[in-house]
Amino acid sequence: MATTEEIRAQLAELVNDVAGVPVEDVQLDKSFVDDLDVDSLAMVEIIVGCEEKFGVTIPDEESKNLKTVGDAVAYVEAHL
Amino acid sequence: MTDIVITGLGATTPLGGDLASTWQAMLAGQSGITSITEDWAADLAVRIAGMVKVDPSEIIDRVKARRLDRSSQLALIAAQEAWTDAGLTWELEGEVDPLRLSVSIASGIGGLHSLLNNWDAQRDKGPRRVSPFTIPMLMANAPAANIGLAVHAKAGVHAPVSACASSNEAISLGVDLLRLGRADIAVVGGTEATIHPLPIAAFSQMQALSRRNDEPERASRPWDRGRDGFVMAEGAAVMVIETLEHAKARGATIYGTIAGAGITSDSHDIVQPDPSGEGQSGAMLKALADSKLAASDIVHVNAHGTSTPQGDVTEAGSIRTALGEAVDGCIVTSTKSMTGHLLGGAGALETIASVMALHDRMVPPTINLEDPEPGLGIDIASVPRPLPAGDLAAINNSFGFGGHNVAVAVTNANATR
Repeated sequence: MATTEEIRAQLAELVNDVAGVPVEDVQLDKSFVDDLDVDSLAMVEIIVGCEEKFGVTIPDEESKNLKTVGDAVAYVEAHL
Repeated sequence: MTDIVITGLGATTPLGGDLASTWQAMLAGQSGITSITEDWAADLAVRIAGMVKVDPSEIIDRVKARRLDRSSQLALIAAQEAWTDAGLTWELEGEVDPLRLSVSIASGIGGLHSLLNNWDAQRDKGPRRVSPFTIPMLMANAPAANIGLAVHAKAGVHAPVSACASSNEAISLGVDLLRLGRADIAVVGGTEATIHPLPIAAFSQMQALSRRNDEPERASRPWDRGRDGFVMAEGAAVMVIETLEHAKARGATIYGTIAGAGITSDSHDIVQPDPSGEGQSGAMLKALADSKLAASDIVHVNAHGTSTPQGDVTEAGSIRTALGEAVDGCIVTSTKSMTGHLLGGAGALETIASVMALHDRMVPPTINLEDPEPGLGIDIASVPRPLPAGDLAAINNSFGFGGHNVAVAVTNANATR
């Protein structure tokens, strides 16, 4: 079972790959849009990337609630 | 009517990653055609192409690049070179008035790699794997729009589509916008990136492509009796053009003038050119009239000259018709013999080659012309040929499937370097 930190670290790699955000900036309290400057289309890629990476399903109506890195990590943890 | 001058040039082609290296290779008569060695080409009838000498991934930031189709990547590289060459700072807003800056950049086919790669992903892995950037990557106006974003153009961004005449049409549109007073400065040109198994198979099925797979450098051979079709190529070519007043006011260096353009349509067949050449010669005659030039002013024609059996003969006749007796004083070449056919990028690259030929007073050769088709009646440069001193004018021809004919006339007037 992956730890919170392991999930955050893998998500950080994904955010870096998609949006070029430095991995060290991808911390649990950061907002994707306001802090990390991830736009709406890049966010779609991150959501789909999470599905592939972690083997979870994130429906479109759920993805709207994933405002921060912590939201996404918590969702993945709960659905692994 | 105000003169429209050329103040910046850029290109990325099978001959070089910038205009300087491309132009030097043209004057040296080098071929940019090579074998396609990837596995996907193994079962194709045609396994040669002109691929860009410098891959865009070596230049464009990785994160930016993944949101750009290859056609936009190439266009941006050529545009950045042209913009910088014009003495302007890439991506910096305010050096020229954005409300007086326009863009007219063509692609004949559009974001083909993005379209097909995302279809592959959807078919193989499902709709969730389709990139949310697919539409802004595949749309035919994407190269123009991306350049517009980079230079902060707010006087309109345009992307005319007319197959292999597209980028000459883009240049013509840019000239019209400046003449009409809708902008003072414009970024014009074209791009194409379609080296992919589908278009190669599709053009091949039309019997349009050379199958000289074992001799790629000798495959594109306009007007040679051994020619057997064109060679697909990728690349982009971009110019900065502006009104003479605007160029002078900002102290820009001037390469020459876009004197005018002529456009006709064959209304004959969806792919075959009208064998009478009426539309082709009509475009050249319209370009002369638009430019207020006489046929005797034209010392050089950079022909469409794709290396197809019928097309090359038809164009030779069209040039003779348009120039009349003055054809004897005109040196014709086809730089496609070296670059292959950049489709929607061809007109812009060859108009730039025409500008450079007048500027350096040297016509680049048509390579592989070993056994010329008899009775053409045009003077084709099989080696580099010098041009005389004084004021010079040239025409670049581009023709496209659909019966599009666009001739652009350039001069070395106003040149200050």
